[in-house]
Amino acid sequence: MKFVDEFRDPALAKQLLTRIAQRMASPVLQARAPIRIMEVCGGHTHSIFRYGLEALLPQTLELIHGPGCPVCVLPREHVDDCLAIAAQPDVIFTTFGDAMRVPGSRQTLQQARAGGADIRMVYSPLDALQIARENPQRRVVFFGLGFETTMPATALTVQQAVGKQVDNFFLLCHHITIVPTLKALLDDEDVCVDAFIGPGHVSMVIGLEPYGFIAEQYRKPFIISGFEPLDILQSILMLLDQLVEGRAEVGNQYSRVVHEQGNIQAQQAVAEVFELRERSAWRGLGEIDQSGVRLRTRYAALDAEREFALRSTRVDDPAECRCGEVLKGQLQPQQCPLFGSGCTPAQPMGALMVSSEGACAACFQYQRNDSQ
Amino acid sequence: MKTESTDANTSDQGLITLAHGAGGRVMRQLIESICVEAFNNPALALLEDQARLDMAEIAAHGDRLAFTTDSYVVDPLEFPGGDIGTLAVNGTVNDLAVSGARPLYLSCALILEEGLEISRLRRIMASMSDAAGVAGVSIVTGDTKVVPRGKGDGMFINTSGIGVIPQGVELAASRCQPGDCVIVNGTLGDHGAAILQARGDLALEADLVSDCQPLHGLIARMLAVCPQVHALRDATRGGVAGVVYEFAEASGRAIRLFEDQLPVRPSVRGVCEILGLDALHFANEGKLVAVVPREAADSMVAVMREHPAGRDACIIGEVLDGPAGSVQISTLMGGVRLLDLPIGEQLPRIC
Repeated sequence: MKFVDEFRDPALAKQLLTRIAQRMASPVLQARAPIRIMEVCGGHTHSIFRYGLEALLPQTLELIHGPGCPVCVLPREHVDDCLAIAAQPDVIFTTFGDAMRVPGSRQTLQQARAGGADIRMVYSPLDALQIARENPQRRVVFFGLGFETTMPATALTVQQAVGKQVDNFFLLCHHITIVPTLKALLDDEDVCVDAFIGPGHVSMVIGLEPYGFIAEQYRKPFIISGFEPLDILQSILMLLDQLVEGRAEVGNQYSRVVHEQGNIQAQQAVAEVFELRERSAWRGLGEIDQSGVRLRTRYAALDAEREFALRSTRVDDPAECRCGEVLKGQLQPQQCPLFGSGCTPAQPMGALMVSSEGACAACFQYQRNDSQ
Repeated sequence: MKTESTDANTSDQGLITLAHGAGGRVMRQLIESICVEAFNNPALALLEDQARLDMAEIAAHGDRLAFTTDSYVVDPLEFPGGDIGTLAVNGTVNDLAVSGARPLYLSCALILEEGLEISRLRRIMASMSDAAGVAGVSIVTGDTKVVPRGKGDGMFINTSGIGVIPQGVELAASRCQPGDCVIVNGTLGDHGAAILQARGDLALEADLVSDCQPLHGLIARMLAVCPQVHALRDATRGGVAGVVYEFAEASGRAIRLFEDQLPVRPSVRGVCEILGLDALHFANEGKLVAVVPREAADSMVAVMREHPAGRDACIIGEVLDGPAGSVQISTLMGGVRLLDLPIGEQLPRIC
């Protein structure tokens, strides 16, 4: 298959792995070992486990699975908000499939649907808008979830809803933004990361510029990467090259998709519809300043938070959960005492077991035999 | 067939009403004009409360009965490559066939939703009849119920089946041995992908067709050439991954699949890549997984490829000693990882 198979070529992978091993053997990196590279995006985490890349890399190179899975970092109280809205008899609640299994404090959306709530999975927010137009007597709520990857589609849908005067469409906005969270991680003394594999789809929208401070102020190499195994291996090699040469720059391995400026139209739509919140809660990491967005006042009529007067109370993960330490690279998933026993993908306790892109869920799905 | 019927109760312009399930004249008209005519065989035409089957005729085929039942609730009712009727025949035929049995008789119980178009029912009954003809089975008894609008999904079908297992045929998941090869008869996930597309909420345009087909002919040929087949199952819900897990668990062995050998159509791969799903977990309706001794594997594949239902047959894995019950994949990159079963339904990923 075009644009897929080329990036999964085992012979090329072997060549890249040889070059990675050569870089790691250089005196500069040997002196610094272990080298710790964080992949920010959950999509990368999933690929790394799916293709078994960790086992192929030198042991002195550690991959740290970062916070870039929007489903994993969704706080329980927000799922409770979804459930409260979906319980209204006149509501059709629409969501991406990922959110269906995320536990709130008592229930998941999947369980609420079985209990009679009208909850529908959609593949695009525009599908939700269509449902609203087909059901004028019902209030149709779309649960906006994800980073800048999914934000533009939500923004365009909100603009269309207003333009076409669909007054029974509402947005419950839990869109979050990755850059402030990277800054918070870099400022955290517990986090020791030498370099970053940067998110591909987010960067397709926002471009390269927002990451500049990571190279300039924090002196960390940052390479935006595609999601196929060769993409990831090449990005690692590019990061090691920078480390060997003592450089710290923002680079773009995923140039077939990501342009330096990003997608200007998408950025404009996002800026027109959303504004930053003072702070947002991330499951496993706590509250982070300016890390999420809400609808601007001009779109307040579509805001589900206002329409349904939500008053959620914060629900913390159980104290035994050590997701924060895993996210910061202080603990491997299997080292958490709950991994595989108290916490499994079927019955997740902590954030990272919730979605298949969470580090613990990916590890459980693809690697648990290694740990047994 | 009386497709020109002018009677409102059975005309093609009509809809199923509660009267069609009430046991009176209207129901009788429906059954006679649609089901009995479509399935056309002497046992059914008697319209007794049960089919009466000749013991001597059954016994001539082997020494054990195989008996199975399955219910079909597919949405949409009709899709590229088949409909709920062909599924209801082939699904039950295949459940019998993977025991090595020759499928002989089916029952057909219909649960119709008030408001179903009679023309649609007639079409589906005709394709059931065609599928039964191809599979060489007779639909010998049946039942019809109608539920109020909103209480069913158009129509549900239950079919039970009886087949006969020839003497000496012993297939069992527990018989998988280390060194055995795992074989499939063709591409993975065609049915699951076709249904996903036919539901219309993907807005994808792809050439996706269900693989719905009977497998007993292929299986009879396989057993004739290689009677020492250890295990055989059809891979329906849960996909090939589900069957391989059942084999590993029942035999207390491990199974390793080879990622670079898995046959998947480009269009199905496309759907999987876009949605983040895995064809190994997609449903099939005409695919089997066989475990055969290594020395017989190549000739088995060659024989399968001569049969229309086995054109793309290939070896996709091997049985290992252990760890018991585990299924692994050797990846394209040369690593080995666990193949896990999905927790519930596969949910598409957003990014």
